[in-house]
Amino acid sequence: MLYVQNLQKSFGEFKAVNGADLTIEKGQLVAVIGPNGAGKTTLFNLITGQLQPDAGKIVFNDENISKLPPYAVCRRGIARSFQIANIFPRLSVFRNVQVSVIAQQQLSSKLFRPAHRIAVAETTRILESVGLINRSLDVAGSLSHGDKRTLEIAIALGNEPELLILDEPTAGMSPDETTTTMALIQRLADEHGLTILFCEHDMEVVFNVAQSIMVMQQGRTIVQDTPEEVRKNSAVQDAYLGGA
Amino acid sequence: MFQDMLRQKSFGASAAIFMALLIAPLIIPKFYTYILAVIFVTALLAMSLNMVVGHGGLFQFHHAAFYGVGAYTAGLILVKTSWPWWIGFIAGPIGAAVTGLVIGLFCIRLNKLYFGMLQISLGSLIWAIAFRWYRLTGGDDGIHGIPMPEFISGLKSSYYFVLILVAVCLILMYLILKSPFGTTLQAIRDNPERCAAVGINVRRHQLMGIVVATFFAGVAGVLFITVEGSIFPDLLFWVLSLEVFIMCLLGGWFTFGGPILGAAMIVSLRTFVGTYTEYWTLILGVILILLIFFLPDGIMGYNYLAKLRRRSKRRSASRAE
Repeated sequence: MLYVQNLQKSFGEFKAVNGADLTIEKGQLVAVIGPNGAGKTTLFNLITGQLQPDAGKIVFNDENISKLPPYAVCRRGIARSFQIANIFPRLSVFRNVQVSVIAQQQLSSKLFRPAHRIAVAETTRILESVGLINRSLDVAGSLSHGDKRTLEIAIALGNEPELLILDEPTAGMSPDETTTTMALIQRLADEHGLTILFCEHDMEVVFNVAQSIMVMQQGRTIVQDTPEEVRKNSAVQDAYLGGA
Repeated sequence: MFQDMLRQKSFGASAAIFMALLIAPLIIPKFYTYILAVIFVTALLAMSLNMVVGHGGLFQFHHAAFYGVGAYTAGLILVKTSWPWWIGFIAGPIGAAVTGLVIGLFCIRLNKLYFGMLQISLGSLIWAIAFRWYRLTGGDDGIHGIPMPEFISGLKSSYYFVLILVAVCLILMYLILKSPFGTTLQAIRDNPERCAAVGINVRRHQLMGIVVATFFAGVAGVLFITVEGSIFPDLLFWVLSLEVFIMCLLGGWFTFGGPILGAAMIVSLRTFVGTYTEYWTLILGVILILLIFFLPDGIMGYNYLAKLRRRSKRRSASRAE
């Protein structure tokens, strides 16, 4: 479904991503791990078009998407969340999700239709499934950190993505919140048949949840395999797990 | 879509104000009727600016340029051609919107302040043309005594014409702000990066917002001639842009009606305090300083924030029960 080959991206002298490879099959839950500065977020930004790669290929459903701007990548069926909660703080929780549903239905240029009647059923369904429905009229900026992260996932769901990319979905969460969020992510994957790519610091979480793990170090892919194989891999143990 | 508007709480108040304004010219002296008409025109201009500044988050620094283009387009057609009047009245807003589109196409590539700076430069270019091209525009003298069609040549009739057109424009703007486009525009203001990531073509929507806003600025320009019967380069000078910007800040730029209040305040200050002293801007300065300290979101913005707070509090209270 998604196929990344020898991706490169430099910022000046610094090679943030330097030969990343990644393969994702439909329905898989794939994790990217690696020490801080390994290039995980840059890789995600390259896939979703926030950054343009210097070299390499990103193929999604047989189409090369490596040069597309973010909105076009999203239209192809890839939605994402960000590492730092990235929401619309002045809008209500409901509106936050509705905006992405409106964009998904390509109604965002309609000038003379009342927005509050559009996409209500879909938005409500998404808010119900992530458990934010009784906060729907609150201003999004007033939510707790954990709820903001959940709202981010809800916004991404509004795009009805085939592939959902989550950049450290549990960053800054308490252990309880982490458990709840990972359970939510797994449930969403099951219920909606979503393919999910995420990166995460918590090793326990990754090895419990992911079906395939890609390990990055200094911008390069060391290996991508099942959790068992990754655990056994000596290069990974040297590079990462040994140090942890 | 109109039913929703009728259900709004503020609708009753707005309708009452509109009725009062309909009766006003029958009671108040001519001079005040004229001032009211000027306030309507300025309010429409400020409202159109606020669409992109307050609701769109764009640094639209030279909005008066489009107001001027609207006024000059209509005025020149009325004076220099033998075409029927309505062609000029329609060409004004369209000319402003096309200018908005062209200038917008250049500016939209830049971010924030750079967007504003480039717009000031390009807008000043238009001002320079109006100022220098004596043959066509009358240079810094402008053109006075523009002939108006019979039915709006008197003060009262032009007052009603302006009142009704401004009311129609405000209703349209309201509907646009409550539409999916308006919602998207406000989302872009809050977080353009996130918008791009949910599949919104940010620049296209911003450009569309500019075109809509400059169209309404053009309408205001046309209405200006209806009231004043003249055009002059000050209409597209950057100082006016700044003044209109201040109206939005003053009234409350995250609110719908704020700019109307701001426009009414500044026009009144200029007219009534301005007759006593040419330093009326001093008073404006003091008001602005007080505003920045005590009501950073504008006069009506205070109301808006309080409403948000009340709503959040009520919700958390009902959750706690």
